[in-house]
Amino acid sequence: MNDFIFAAAFYGLAGMTILSAAGVVFLKDIVHSALMLALSFIGVAGLYVLLNADFLAAVQILVYGGAVAILIAFGVMLTRRRNMKESNPNNRWVIYASFVSAAFFAICGWALIGTDFKPVGQQVNPEAAVEGLASLLLGDYVVAFESAAVLLLVALVGAIILAKGAKEA
Amino acid sequence: MTIGLTHFLLLGTALFCLGLYGLLSKRNAIAILMGIELMLNAVNINLIAFNKYVAAGSYTGQVFSVFVIVVAAAEVAVGLALVLAIYKDRLSTNVDDLDWLKW
Repeated sequence: MNDFIFAAAFYGLAGMTILSAAGVVFLKDIVHSALMLALSFIGVAGLYVLLNADFLAAVQILVYGGAVAILIAFGVMLTRRRNMKESNPNNRWVIYASFVSAAFFAICGWALIGTDFKPVGQQVNPEAAVEGLASLLLGDYVVAFESAAVLLLVALVGAIILAKGAKEA
Repeated sequence: MTIGLTHFLLLGTALFCLGLYGLLSKRNAIAILMGIELMLNAVNINLIAFNKYVAAGSYTGQVFSVFVIVVAAAEVAVGLALVLAIYKDRLSTNVDDLDWLKW
């Protein structure tokens, strides 16, 4: 019964994620694409919950469902175009793009189905991910963690200067 | 049939390929950024699924996806700032118009 609930949740969230991701790339109006992108991010957050990553699910909703979706919506609204109905056109290589994507999916899917992934290390069932994540981030990965903080600061300042322009000193 | 690692990996592959299609086939720079975001989400699903099914008990996969989220947030902020700066200059977000380096 528990397996059945897990499978039902997986298929529901996977269908929501994939359908809204297909909406992002196939819808003609870019505002609809941006809304579908936010829906897809929420579906991915639900999948993180299924994968025992509750902290990352919260981060996904905050960063992607909140910040990135709002940024993309602002980007859509700040760049104006004449006809909103056809605001998300394909370029002239759409045939090749669909062929490359389908071929990549076929090759990866074939490789995945043929591979037997064996578990490594000791298998314990973690209670909550936050404690383990925190001790790793502030222990083994503390240099990368601080570099990521500096990277975010630099990206923030760079984005403001690129979008607004800096006064000549 | 129980849901295993392969299901999550196939889902991640499908999401990645949709993002790849959007990245390659769109003319609008913001739509291309959306495709990149979908691809980064697919990578995160893969990392966390491997963390649960292959290396349960360690959190290395989740730590990696934290860093992927950080870099993706930085990327979308700088990318949209670039798109807006180009739009102010050229009144267009069509990437086919951005051929100043071609001669």
